[in-house]
Amino acid sequence: MVEPLLRPKRKNPVLATRVPTLPPGGRSRAALGLTAAAAEGRFALQVCTDCQAVQYPPREACHRCLSVKLKWRTQDGAGVLLAQTTLHHSNDLFFRERLPWRLGMVRLDAGPTVVAHLHGDVDGAASRVRIGARLDRAGQAVLIALPDTETPNMSDDVQLREMTCDPKFRKVLVSDAKTAVGQAVVRALVAAGADIVWAGHAEPWKKLPGFDGLVALPQVTPVPLDLTDSRSVTELAGEIGGKVDIVVNTAEYHRAAGIGHRVGIETARSEMDVNYFGLLRLAQAFGPALRARAADGPTGACAWVNLLSIFALANFPAHGTFSASKAAALSLAQCLRAEMRPAGVRVVNVFPGPIDDEWTQLLPPPKLLPETLARAVVGALKDGVEDVYPGDVAQEWLERWRDNPKALEREIGS
Amino acid sequence: MPVNSASDTLTALVAGLLDGRIRVVDLTQTLAPEFPQIVLPPEMGQCLPFRIEEVSRYDERGPGWYWNNFSCGEHTGSHFDAPIHWISGRDLPNNAVDTIPVERLIGPACVIDCSKESTADPDYLMTKADVLRWEAEHGRIPPRAWVLMRTDWSKRTDPVEYQNFDETGQHTPGPDAEVARFLVEERDLLGFGTEAIGTDAGQGFHQRPPYPCHYYMHGAGRYGLQCLTNLDLLPPTGAVVIAPPLKIRQGSGSPLRVLALVPGG
Repeated sequence: MVEPLLRPKRKNPVLATRVPTLPPGGRSRAALGLTAAAAEGRFALQVCTDCQAVQYPPREACHRCLSVKLKWRTQDGAGVLLAQTTLHHSNDLFFRERLPWRLGMVRLDAGPTVVAHLHGDVDGAASRVRIGARLDRAGQAVLIALPDTETPNMSDDVQLREMTCDPKFRKVLVSDAKTAVGQAVVRALVAAGADIVWAGHAEPWKKLPGFDGLVALPQVTPVPLDLTDSRSVTELAGEIGGKVDIVVNTAEYHRAAGIGHRVGIETARSEMDVNYFGLLRLAQAFGPALRARAADGPTGACAWVNLLSIFALANFPAHGTFSASKAAALSLAQCLRAEMRPAGVRVVNVFPGPIDDEWTQLLPPPKLLPETLARAVVGALKDGVEDVYPGDVAQEWLERWRDNPKALEREIGS
Repeated sequence: MPVNSASDTLTALVAGLLDGRIRVVDLTQTLAPEFPQIVLPPEMGQCLPFRIEEVSRYDERGPGWYWNNFSCGEHTGSHFDAPIHWISGRDLPNNAVDTIPVERLIGPACVIDCSKESTADPDYLMTKADVLRWEAEHGRIPPRAWVLMRTDWSKRTDPVEYQNFDETGQHTPGPDAEVARFLVEERDLLGFGTEAIGTDAGQGFHQRPPYPCHYYMHGAGRYGLQCLTNLDLLPPTGAVVIAPPLKIRQGSGSPLRVLALVPGG
């Protein structure tokens, strides 16, 4: 039985902080299909269109009939553990630091036999398991055999925690905690067991309902933070940057206008200043310390969350300048992901559809409640997911965009 | 006037500055990102606050020099309001910062102390009676003088205290509609200056007309100064204010350095 994670002891300042190491990260292009699905929290394998054989490991042609028509299909992962072993030695730097490490072979009900990491609550051979695909610290998909049914403290397993970014006992910065979304994210993080949540707030003279109650929570500390002000960002990074384990960038400037609906560029500039340059300022200030602390004990720095928008994928003309700023932010978030990857710090991008706030008043429901969005953020951290599309609108847009981006452009632009 | 009189005056001025008989008081707030900005409803266009980004600091971006880029709205920090700022002044001649006659940018100052009243009541409105009482003591306000309303509001260094918002908006002192009109029509003032974020009171939108100081001052081609500080260091009369805004083409105002020359000793 996995023991519950206890609050780690304070760090001994006499000892050097370990440098982050990564598990082996090389993958073939075919194998990256496994990563693409795992990034969304799915376990997918290739299935042959001609003979229906399920493929593992990923490959170019069917292992049974040599057809090249292989399609990625989500799997339920049900299977049986055939054999297990515990590593006590490894020449790989990453695993060497984490020994002992359990591995096993699992025969999927769908056919193939796979090599997988073993969750601590998985019993010996012949036990039923569920294979899940997770991103490891290198950002690549690996398979882990989980117990068939939920067990207590399941998420506290040491091997699983190498693939997730659980906020439990971690210290989190929420860049804008004043808005309804920001407040909901802070509350969800507190409920998930975060040690400290720093609640960023700009323009302190502007009072928003609920904020005073929020910062009265014992885990929450308000901190002045204005993403449009480089000095404010670097000052806060200087004060708390060395302690932040997770950054959740909720700051957003949103006005509803296209090119012709609003004269001039000042509103669009403000959107870019918060949504794009704000992310850049935050990443320059907080990124280095986060990278340096990625191996700082069991609750070290691990994740960066960006609140983007499904409109980042395709421009929604009624909110055209906002969409453009989120597309810019998405592009920058990809750069951030590449720069954080060598340290194993995960960059999570969240793509909500319209959020139920004052700037989407005229959009029809369904609209995402701030609480639902906050649950999706915490869920992504706990599950180790990298790309999150919460809500029906986001899911539908994603599907249409994947199916045919040009068709989506025409559909929403008319 | 003797031919060399003006020259003598300037010589005496410079000598006075040198030996301290004339002191220079800085009425300007420091331009910094933390200094609050005027707040408009969020759906409206916004005046950008002061922001500054380093270009280089003797480093790989510029090895031998330090400099910054800054950005801000025309109405940021201690700033000047030109008549063109308000719709009532939009058609006046020479109504923008680049066309205001430069001799208007230097003028005498009458400082009316409303600090006690403003401390007791953040919504305090200066009245015509306050001005008449001041004149009874210090003499009639001369034509083309700055009238500066001292409230000590600038001593509120906490931005939250300075802005003083609640759910009904901002609560800061300013003039009432009658005194704004009186100063323009019967005292021919140069402009009106305050310590809070605007020349009008925080609740000025609810006066009749809305924002009366802006409406009457700019409608009559007069100017505004706001976010001033150190007004408590000025005598009620006798100071000279130097307030030239940046020469922005068709500019509605600008941040500026406001200096006052005061008798020393």
